[in-house]
Amino acid sequence: MAKNPKQQKQEPDTTGHEWDGIQEYNNPLPRWWLWIFYATIVWGIWYTIAYPAWPGIKDATSGYLGWSTRANVAQDIAEAEAANAAINEKLASVELASIAGDEELATYATSAGESIFMTWCAQCHGSGAAGAKGYPNLQDDAWLWGGTMEDIHYSVKHGIRNEDDPDARYSEMPAFGELLDEAQVEQVVNYVMSLSPAYEPVDASLVEAGQTVYLDNCAACHGDNGMGDIYQGAPNLADAIWLYGGDYDAVKYTVVNSRFGVMPPMGGAELSEAEIRAVTTYVHQLGGGE
Amino acid sequence: MTNYIKLIVLGLITLFALIAANFARDLAYLVNALTVALAAGGLFIWVLRNTDEPVPNVDLSGEYMDGVVRAGVIATALWGVVGFLAGTFIAFQLAFPQLNFEWAQGYMNFGRLRPLHTSAVIFAFGGNALIATSFYVVQRTSAARLWGGNLAWFVFWGFQLVIVLAATGYLLGATQSKEYAEPEWYVDWWLTIVWVAYLAVFLGTIVKRKEPHIYVANWFYLSFIITVAMLHVVNNLSIPVSIWGSKSVQVFSGVQDAMTQWWYGHNAVGFFLTAGFLGMMYYFVPKQAERPVFSYKLSIIHFWALIFIYIWAGPHHLHYTALPDWASTLGMVFSIVLWMPSWGGMINGLMTLSGAWDKLRTDPIIRMMVISIGFYGMSTFEGPMMSIRAVNSLSHYTDWTIGHVHSGALGWNGMITFGALYFLVPKLWNKERLYSLSMVSWHFWLATIGIILYAASMWVTGIMEGLMWREVDANGFLVNSFADTVDAKLPMYIVRGLGGVLYVAGGIIMCYNLYMTVRRSPAVEANNSVVPAE
Repeated sequence: MAKNPKQQKQEPDTTGHEWDGIQEYNNPLPRWWLWIFYATIVWGIWYTIAYPAWPGIKDATSGYLGWSTRANVAQDIAEAEAANAAINEKLASVELASIAGDEELATYATSAGESIFMTWCAQCHGSGAAGAKGYPNLQDDAWLWGGTMEDIHYSVKHGIRNEDDPDARYSEMPAFGELLDEAQVEQVVNYVMSLSPAYEPVDASLVEAGQTVYLDNCAACHGDNGMGDIYQGAPNLADAIWLYGGDYDAVKYTVVNSRFGVMPPMGGAELSEAEIRAVTTYVHQLGGGE
Repeated sequence: MTNYIKLIVLGLITLFALIAANFARDLAYLVNALTVALAAGGLFIWVLRNTDEPVPNVDLSGEYMDGVVRAGVIATALWGVVGFLAGTFIAFQLAFPQLNFEWAQGYMNFGRLRPLHTSAVIFAFGGNALIATSFYVVQRTSAARLWGGNLAWFVFWGFQLVIVLAATGYLLGATQSKEYAEPEWYVDWWLTIVWVAYLAVFLGTIVKRKEPHIYVANWFYLSFIITVAMLHVVNNLSIPVSIWGSKSVQVFSGVQDAMTQWWYGHNAVGFFLTAGFLGMMYYFVPKQAERPVFSYKLSIIHFWALIFIYIWAGPHHLHYTALPDWASTLGMVFSIVLWMPSWGGMINGLMTLSGAWDKLRTDPIIRMMVISIGFYGMSTFEGPMMSIRAVNSLSHYTDWTIGHVHSGALGWNGMITFGALYFLVPKLWNKERLYSLSMVSWHFWLATIGIILYAASMWVTGIMEGLMWREVDANGFLVNSFADTVDAKLPMYIVRGLGGVLYVAGGIIMCYNLYMTVRRSPAVEANNSVVPAE
């Protein structure tokens, strides 16, 4: 086999030192390495002149390009706000019900609303708005507090059962564990389960007694037929939708302990009127809007 | 006489630790205090049993002190596997959150295990590797026994105590919440004592060297030891809330604290994982290749350039934050100027192999070292690139950063350490050769494929989530929620976890191979007498 020509070349000199058998060649610095190193230094000096870099006693040089992260982001925000100023003003002032009829406005509000929803609402209601236990699904047509543009707008703006907004929607179911005895609780739970098409009562013999308990204690809010009442945020018990679960244990827990779902208000410091209307439009068009 | 002083000191430490355990305000502190009491008490009994025993008067100055290096090699291999396992487990926790078991909440969830993983691999695996190899290299290249007698053993066991205190503290919730500097104040104080002892042993050995010059590996080791001491002390300036509790309050606050933290954090990478491991490379690569180092000039220039420039690069971790623009600019500029000084090490490592390239075919250890240097070159290019503000605005907070760190840590630090362990074990245990070279090959391929799966999947998810975060629709509104990006990453998270499994498997094969080398390989005559090279 022919020898590698590189190996035939004369070995470079070593420095003459040796440590535990290790020697060092006296090779020069690779030229390409040195030139790139110089180039990065020259570039670095230019860059520190062009951009804010050298600190003084009180301040730092600001660079001849006048570049500043804070100024840049303020400018970007100002530009975006200016570009949308007219349409935002329109969105904030028209009749809520008329937004859907104005195609340009509706398109804008839906895309703005989706972005707002992803930031402020998706944590609880899910990024697809399908909800979770205790957090209502916004895609269906069951509404605790109403599903018209006005209803949704009010819920978003003032929130529900919070202590931050005096106008928040408010209602409170009593914890019936303190008001009813154990037998009555079991009766009413079975009756409530008989109302829902999704469940069968665990003990059908208790349903009739349960109806009496229901009419005396629950019907005032949930209605004689269990259809609920959006003016009090009282859920419909006769459908298949259960915010906290519709099986025996879940319903019993609700009856005994009550539930108290809270939603923060988005009005005031959080979102502007146009933004509230945008997210209202987005939620309304998800499929269940009335 | 010294034994009596030791007994008094150990007795006092045991007593104080028991008092501390009695007054402990939190569980982490209680467990740590009991650990210290157990360690000091055990040592007390051990010293007591040896006190007034006749000591054979043997002059050991003509022999290298290899016992502590052997212990360090064992610790490196074992902590390595522990750290890799923890990392793989938390990788799967990210892919499958169900693995944050309900019964283990507050102990085994991702937030508790993540610092356990990072500390185990960086400080337990990497730290033991650095201490063990530096003790080996400084003796050989100085032709001198370690200075300070049993002080080297104090460094070894003291460092293991740091690891145990830190790890149990994390699981029980003691943390400063500073990345890579999580241990609380008393662990920091103890580490400071251990580290000063380490510096004394290392420097003492260099001072009494028989060689006229200090070998380049020792420059790197020394710069690593000194700089880490400085970084550790400054970043851990904090005031304990109570001497009976683990909580402490940082001296710095706000952006000053952030800047101090990333000055520390970046130089932990720069001096712990780069300078220290370059020291390793400068000894083990020429030894294994049996070739001279490529260029003495390059080693000088790139050494001084590296240590002078690295220390300023930290602000690139804080682009587009409360940090003033000028500091961010300087961090970026120094990071880019750092590119060639970093590559100086790669050139010297790779070119040392020129004339010995044929060994790549026959020697899997050389192969490991070469791929290690390759990953070093790749991550020291990727790092400066990611420090550019425009790139950083996409890459920051994404998995790209995680991928970058791991191609450096698994590729460079892991592989060079494996190479060094394969080199050291036959030498330290006086064996003719390793038990099995084909197992080394298996380790090489498992680890390499594991790293590639890891790095590639993190590039994909990192760039994908960076792009998803900034995606806007025609009206300028953001399109994706954070949860959308998490959902989109699942397949790549599984790939990353599989990469981890391969890497762990390689590590376990290595441990078996090293164990069998000690047990089964044919023995050779011990050769650890101090002989100057010239």
